[in-house]
Amino acid sequence: MIEPVLSVKNLTTHFFTRAGIVKAVDGVSFDLAKGEIMGLVGESGSGKTVTGFSLLGLVDAPGRIVEGSVKLNGTELTTLSDTELRSRRGREISMIFQDPISTLNPMLTIGQQMKLAIDAHEPLSARAAETRASELLTQVGIPSAKARLRAYPHEFSGGMRQRVAIAIALLHRPALIVADEPTTALDVSIQAQILFQMRDLAHETGTAMIWISHDLAVVSSLASKLAVMYAGRIVEQGKTATLLRDPRHPYTAGLIASLPATAKPGTPLTQIPGTTPSLLSLPPGCPFAQRCDRATDRCETEPEMTLRDSRGWRCFHPVGQPAEASV
Amino acid sequence: MLGFIIQRFMQAVLVMVVMSVIVFCGVYAIGNPIDIVIPPEATQEIREEAIRRLGLDRPLYEQYFIFISNLLQGDLGRSFVYNIPVLELIGGRLPATLELVLISVISATFLGVSLGIYAGYRPDGWLAKMIMAVSVLGFSVPSFWVGLILILVFAVNFGWLPAGGRGETVEIWGVAWSFPTLNGLWHIVLPAINLALFKLALMIRLARAGTREIMLTDTIKFARAAGLSEGTILRRHLLKLISIPIITVFGLELGSTLAFAVVTETIFSWPGVGKLIIDSIGVLDRPVMVAYLILVAFLFVTINFVIDLVFALIDPRVRHGVSA
Amino acid sequence: MSDARTPLSRFWAEFKENKIALVALVVVVVMILLALFASIISPQNPYDLAKLSLMDSRRPPGFVGSGGYTHLMGTDPQGRDLLSAIFYGLRISIQIGLAAGFVSLTIGTALGITAAYVGGRVEALIMRLVDLQLSFPAILLALVIVALLGQGKAQLISALVAAQYAYFARTAYGAAKAERGKDYIEAALATPLSGSLVVIRHILPNCMPPLIVVATVQIANSISLEATLSFLGLGLPVTEPSLGMLISNGFPYMMSGRYWISVYPGVALIILIVAINVVGDQVRDQFNPRLRK
Repeated sequence: MIEPVLSVKNLTTHFFTRAGIVKAVDGVSFDLAKGEIMGLVGESGSGKTVTGFSLLGLVDAPGRIVEGSVKLNGTELTTLSDTELRSRRGREISMIFQDPISTLNPMLTIGQQMKLAIDAHEPLSARAAETRASELLTQVGIPSAKARLRAYPHEFSGGMRQRVAIAIALLHRPALIVADEPTTALDVSIQAQILFQMRDLAHETGTAMIWISHDLAVVSSLASKLAVMYAGRIVEQGKTATLLRDPRHPYTAGLIASLPATAKPGTPLTQIPGTTPSLLSLPPGCPFAQRCDRATDRCETEPEMTLRDSRGWRCFHPVGQPAEASV
Repeated sequence: MLGFIIQRFMQAVLVMVVMSVIVFCGVYAIGNPIDIVIPPEATQEIREEAIRRLGLDRPLYEQYFIFISNLLQGDLGRSFVYNIPVLELIGGRLPATLELVLISVISATFLGVSLGIYAGYRPDGWLAKMIMAVSVLGFSVPSFWVGLILILVFAVNFGWLPAGGRGETVEIWGVAWSFPTLNGLWHIVLPAINLALFKLALMIRLARAGTREIMLTDTIKFARAAGLSEGTILRRHLLKLISIPIITVFGLELGSTLAFAVVTETIFSWPGVGKLIIDSIGVLDRPVMVAYLILVAFLFVTINFVIDLVFALIDPRVRHGVSA
Repeated sequence: MSDARTPLSRFWAEFKENKIALVALVVVVVMILLALFASIISPQNPYDLAKLSLMDSRRPPGFVGSGGYTHLMGTDPQGRDLLSAIFYGLRISIQIGLAAGFVSLTIGTALGITAAYVGGRVEALIMRLVDLQLSFPAILLALVIVALLGQGKAQLISALVAAQYAYFARTAYGAAKAERGKDYIEAALATPLSGSLVVIRHILPNCMPPLIVVATVQIANSISLEATLSFLGLGLPVTEPSLGMLISNGFPYMMSGRYWISVYPGVALIILIVAINVVGDQVRDQFNPRLRK
């Protein structure tokens, strides 16, 4: 078996706040193969963004990784020193963020910011850096790349800015890119463009990608496998097509049912009743139980991940199987 | 960019005009206008004659025009006390104030911003907490008290530094400056520290708040995600981003420091414009008061204008007329 | 577990956690009490010129004066017992600080809310004026007003108010404008309720937190400014010495070693101002949502 590019086992990240311990990420495990695109789906507060930060070691105080292992190309990241971790960020693993307006420094030109990213790992002469930067800008679909290097971020549209961020993430040909809701802040028409561009880029360069989103529809057109998160845990994971056709976890089923695309025309859209529980005071047992119409007393104990045929779910009463018969 | 400069310049001129009207009305409407020109001890006859001669019985707007035209010709009246033209009087004292203010402000900014950035970068360290505690003192303690303590400790107690006055001066471009001489520098130290303290505290707090906020933004996160070293992030990103609020406050505080120089100059008997105005208020030397107000207004407007220009230079969004 | 306590008790509970702020608050309260009861606790009435004797002037702490009691902090050049003078001086400083603060608060808030509520030309005019004033240093403004109006309590307070109302105006304006834009205000205005009622019941309470923060800072500033003006000889008349004047009286004697005349009133002033500022800092931190992690 080929070694996966990324191997996450039992990743646990807690925030130690005044009001209590927030278990933002609670025992997340998954593997990612080279060139594979995985979608990490969940509502806000599900822990998907913190998972992304944890992979790069960018969790802000008062949070930190308390347990678990993150192996990138075989190297354990959680035990690395700051310097060693930094040398891998941007080179072997990159990240792009949601809002391109705030990710780029408005007072530096695109070229200057790209040069900074280049020099962080492989100092080049000004000319060589310019060539490399314009190559990448062209690759992400920005015309007249060389001239655009001298422009400032505010001279670009939102979609273009995000492309610049993608270009910066690709500069050193990383093995993995973590994309945190990269299209959420953009116009719908641009979203599709960026989406497919990123998919093509991933295939061209063989870069694996984790696409974090709250929008199941967006992710499913792009990712070959999905992981659904709820209250800090992965509640279901597997191949995209299988999951969408035949979900096991009631939450996943609820998400799919609430998509406008799956609704029958003329009927009201389905919603999942209730709201996400506060991560400060999670009820014991399955965190989804309060909102689930399949919940029983059994659900007061925490369900383990059931693994079968390269898919997994955390539920005592999975959908598609008769209630009461599980494990 | 040129349009921007012109627009700002026109605004500055407008403000100057408004200020001159306000000063004019304030002085001529509130006080007895004749007191501007004639000392209080003059007899009734002299007063009436002066009123006629100076056209103070003419309508107000005419008087304003006379006022302005005199102003533009550099005639700001004569001081009652010194009996020389006010412009000359102020001009002679201005260099002393300028050198004190500039030295204070520049050192306060450099030191304050450095300390503040450090305190904001490592806010939980003991050094940072100490810096902040000291800054609270510098901020809240009235500057005249600090001056007093400085004199008590350094001049009276230890005898290291002089308790007041200006040191030897050297003439550069026809103006007397004291900082080029060692003796002069020795005399500048205490008043400069006194004047700088408030601004130092302000800069520390500002830089710290700015640093803390900026370090939490996505820009910094993205830079970290790209593998930039902390040093590079501080130098290339933080410094640039923090410069906007720092420069804004720098400009505002420059004017404020000029005002506070009044107190410092009094305590340290520094022969500058500040001491002049206090003395003048005490003896009701009105021409000097009026001139001082006009001067301060002018300096303010100029400073604001220059700050606007600096903004245009460092922030590309301002240059291109985009809203931030 | 939901928090069933009132906002005030929650605020107080968090405030208590910061020991330094708690100490500062106690200090402020003590000083206010000292000032309130100044006439009772002072061994001497420093305003009663008849009781003063020049024989007692400039004596060091511990000296037993002609009145028959010990001058715990020495005497000033006029023969006043410094301890008494400090108590009375504290009273004046606090009085003026509170008065100026309160009047500035009222005027500034009224202006700011009016500007935010009425909008249009009125808003532009008021805020231009406020902005101009904000960029003008307080001390200069105060100096000018005192110079024009002469000396005295009312004039001094007017000068302080003129120098400080702008801060309140800007704060109230910002908060009111944020509220004004909200939908529930539009809804309220559509009802037959009078506009002023809407302002008082809805907009005003939401402006209070930032205004309270500004108020604490400004009261400390007023006290500081008044002391500075008195020090420069432009404050209250000589017969009613505030702390600033006491300090300035003692200034010439510092060189000859009679430091207590300036230092003790100075220390009292500093303690007062720093304590108010520390309390203000804590209040500000607690009201700032962004720093709450």
